[in-house]
Amino acid sequence: MSVEPHYTLYHPRWYRRRVSVWWWLQKRSYTGFVLRELTSVFVAFFAALSLWQLVALARGPEAYGRFLSRLGTPLFLVLDAVVFLFVLFHAITWFNLTPKAMVVRLRGKRAPDWAIVGLNYAAWLVVSGAVAFVLLRG
Amino acid sequence: MPPTVALTVARYRPEKESEPTFQTYEIPFRKDWVVLDALNHVKDTLDGSLSFRWSCRMGVCGSCGMKVNGTPKLTCATFLSDYLPGPIRIEPLDYFPVVRDLVVDLTDFVRKLRQVKPWIIRKEEKPPAQGEYLQTPSQLDTYKQFSMCINCMLCYSACPISGLEPSFIGPAAIALAQRYNMDSRDEGAAERLKVLSEHDGIWQCTFVGECTKVCPKHVDPAGAIQQYKLTAATQWVKSLLLPWGAR
Repeated sequence: MSVEPHYTLYHPRWYRRRVSVWWWLQKRSYTGFVLRELTSVFVAFFAALSLWQLVALARGPEAYGRFLSRLGTPLFLVLDAVVFLFVLFHAITWFNLTPKAMVVRLRGKRAPDWAIVGLNYAAWLVVSGAVAFVLLRG
Repeated sequence: MPPTVALTVARYRPEKESEPTFQTYEIPFRKDWVVLDALNHVKDTLDGSLSFRWSCRMGVCGSCGMKVNGTPKLTCATFLSDYLPGPIRIEPLDYFPVVRDLVVDLTDFVRKLRQVKPWIIRKEEKPPAQGEYLQTPSQLDTYKQFSMCINCMLCYSACPISGLEPSFIGPAAIALAQRYNMDSRDEGAAERLKVLSEHDGIWQCTFVGECTKVCPKHVDPAGAIQQYKLTAATQWVKSLLLPWGAR
């Protein structure tokens, strides 16, 4: 539902500026915001890649070998590096924003922002450590 | 310290121009002057035709919001000395129709504010003889921050979504809705949910976060909206799982 403000008709002389297509380049924080929104594309790409990996794995060792050799091509190496940077940006920016959305009250007082951000990073480290342990064990 | 500083002020005189122009005034620099003092100096001594809104001069009324060097500011709390050597560019707030010079029209905001019912709603009022509605300090603490809003409109001017989607209810109105939703004396959350969970409510917000950065009263509208998204999503899941239960 998009309703134009109803005063528009009656005040033709009021000046209304149109928002520039380049508004997101006018301030660094706006650019950061648009980049953060853009990271979703790379996160989706990473998810699709993981699904592809599972499909290859299910098809047997030969298909998985083909999958791995394709990942080793320069195109995929560069793409992976870019995807990694964007996913990292995605994780960090969203972790830093969690205290805004999550208000934790302890004994009637609001838990400080750094504690909530810190817990997120701690959980991230623990999960990453567990994954690394499973992968590097053998 | 320089003896003078240049103010570059946006002018819009609808009777003779179709677009805003800029006019520069050279004013004496004083370190205890805020931008509003400088504008009043211009109006009193240099150019009586300059139009702008102001009232309290102490960051309470919310009338003197303008863009100073591109950032939305309360001009009564923005010192000239922070912008030396100048020139200091002063423009009306973004995304509002400009009536004249630095004066913008706020009718649309007032309409949106009314939609979220920013007052205490009771299913049944108790008679005055039964006394007041009591509240503990910690109950007060849950919403107090959001009650500090002075409707200065800096958050709307900082929010690119409010410019791109003029129907978006916007940061201050949602923060004020949340102020009443979280008040222990209020029973109107379900009524507000209808307005806030619509397309033009909280879901338009993509969390740019600039509203919170420019807020002169530390209201944190971005936080209010994200917290409300969580509430609305929880309500939605509840209504899906327990369709027979009262909302």
